[in-house]
Amino acid sequence: MTDFKRITKAGFVNFWRSGAISWAAVLVVTITLSVITSILLLQAVLSFSLNQIKDKVDVTIYFTVGAPENKILSLKDSLEKLPEVQKVSYVSADEALKLFRVRHESDYPTIQALDEIKDNPLGAYLNVKAKEVSQYESIANFMKGDNALVIGSSSIIDKVNYFQNKIVIDRLNNIISGAQKLGFIITLILIIISIIITFNTIRLAIFISKEEIGVMRLVGASKMRVRGPFMIEGAIYGIISTIITLILFWPTTAYLGSNMTNFLGLNLYDYYISNLFQISVIILLSGVLLGMFSSLIAIRKYLNK
Amino acid sequence: MIYFNNVSKVYNKDSVALDDVTLTITTGEFVSIVGHSGAGKTTLVKMILADEVPSNGTVFFESINVVKANNKDLTRLRRRIGVVFQDFKLLSNKTAYENIAFAMEAVGKNNEEIESDVPHVLELVDLSNKMHHFPHQMSGGEQQRLAIARAIINQPELIIADEPTGNLDAVNTYEIVQILKKINDLGTTVILTTHNRGVVDSVGKRVVTMEKGKIIRDDKDGKYVI
Repeated sequence: MTDFKRITKAGFVNFWRSGAISWAAVLVVTITLSVITSILLLQAVLSFSLNQIKDKVDVTIYFTVGAPENKILSLKDSLEKLPEVQKVSYVSADEALKLFRVRHESDYPTIQALDEIKDNPLGAYLNVKAKEVSQYESIANFMKGDNALVIGSSSIIDKVNYFQNKIVIDRLNNIISGAQKLGFIITLILIIISIIITFNTIRLAIFISKEEIGVMRLVGASKMRVRGPFMIEGAIYGIISTIITLILFWPTTAYLGSNMTNFLGLNLYDYYISNLFQISVIILLSGVLLGMFSSLIAIRKYLNK
Repeated sequence: MIYFNNVSKVYNKDSVALDDVTLTITTGEFVSIVGHSGAGKTTLVKMILADEVPSNGTVFFESINVVKANNKDLTRLRRRIGVVFQDFKLLSNKTAYENIAFAMEAVGKNNEEIESDVPHVLELVDLSNKMHHFPHQMSGGEQQRLAIARAIINQPELIIADEPTGNLDAVNTYEIVQILKKINDLGTTVILTTHNRGVVDSVGKRVVTMEKGKIIRDDKDGKYVI
């Protein structure tokens, strides 16, 4: 316990006395944490946009006019049981007609023609929303397949618009998975580069203390007693950098929130504030672990005597 | 207390630091090891601390085989030895007080002991007024006195002084030698390496003379003879 106290105190004192070197290390760790925070925000924007696009994709099953409702509903039930399906909404023939009238309110000839027919020329339809864009195909295949429920109802299905939208959906699917892959690779590369730079900065800071480490060992200090203060110093780099990063991103996201919300589709300031706790925890952990592990690895070389 | 058995240190074919050295030092002795630069004096004393590993032969500190000792044993061993170097080897980012306190913390002394002993030992080497100075704010002689204070604070059984006066003027050299003699009088074994004739002659105790990695003379009450 005394040892821990002494080590902690020595870490703080060393940090303070190293002056410019400590602040150089803090600067580098701050840059790393800023990269991580930017990536977190970027990912939020990306996934928000992708979700919006995904939300616009659905498959509609149109039924023939006069198809019996109980058959349609039993098809709906069996669709809802599919694990890929998120939501199925049923629009009856009457509702379809109402919606059609509303949509073509100003299209006088169409409405007139409709009035002339008297009978409802529209069939009911089911709107199917999948959990993932890539799953529409299997849902469509389910419709095509000779499922017991579907056999009876195959005659009542007029068309499934998946086969018309297939190309668009496929392409969108490729774009989404591509964007996610690319985002992940860029994230990984940026983070690795930042970690290498931070590690080397801390290594240089410890290299300067190389002689001191040797002297401490000769005086009879245990490895932990020598290593401890450096690790505490590393943790301090992480903590101070976290605070600086969080403060820096305050005005940055506020600016982006008030000026770029339309472009990004997401108010970054709101996102930043409402996720402040998670973001703080992520970058604090990254910063502290990065600082401590860099110190630990860097000092190992000078301790082996 | 210390036994070197046929110790050799070969860096490469053309550079032999020690050549088959056998030497025994008993408790309470004051041994001066003299010789020109490169004679192997420093290599020899560093082996006691396992700061150098012999290519051949063994080194014993009492019953501990220093060459084969593990990390833990070495830490324990080093705590029984106080070391003074030509270049002082003080912790530059610690004050005089903290330098000595660190050596005490290293061996696990508690805060009360540290608070009472450090001012005492600083007074002993006449540095009370420099207690909160950093090494770079002190003269060479003061730094070396601080190094000695650090070396003796844990009451070691052995003091190794490796060219302690190499960077000092005559007055400071004399002071350092007097302090080392006093420490020896109190029962601590002292090993002093030097190439300063005046120092050896003023000590007037056992002198081991080295040349090209070999011991060429070993005189009780010796003088500097090369």
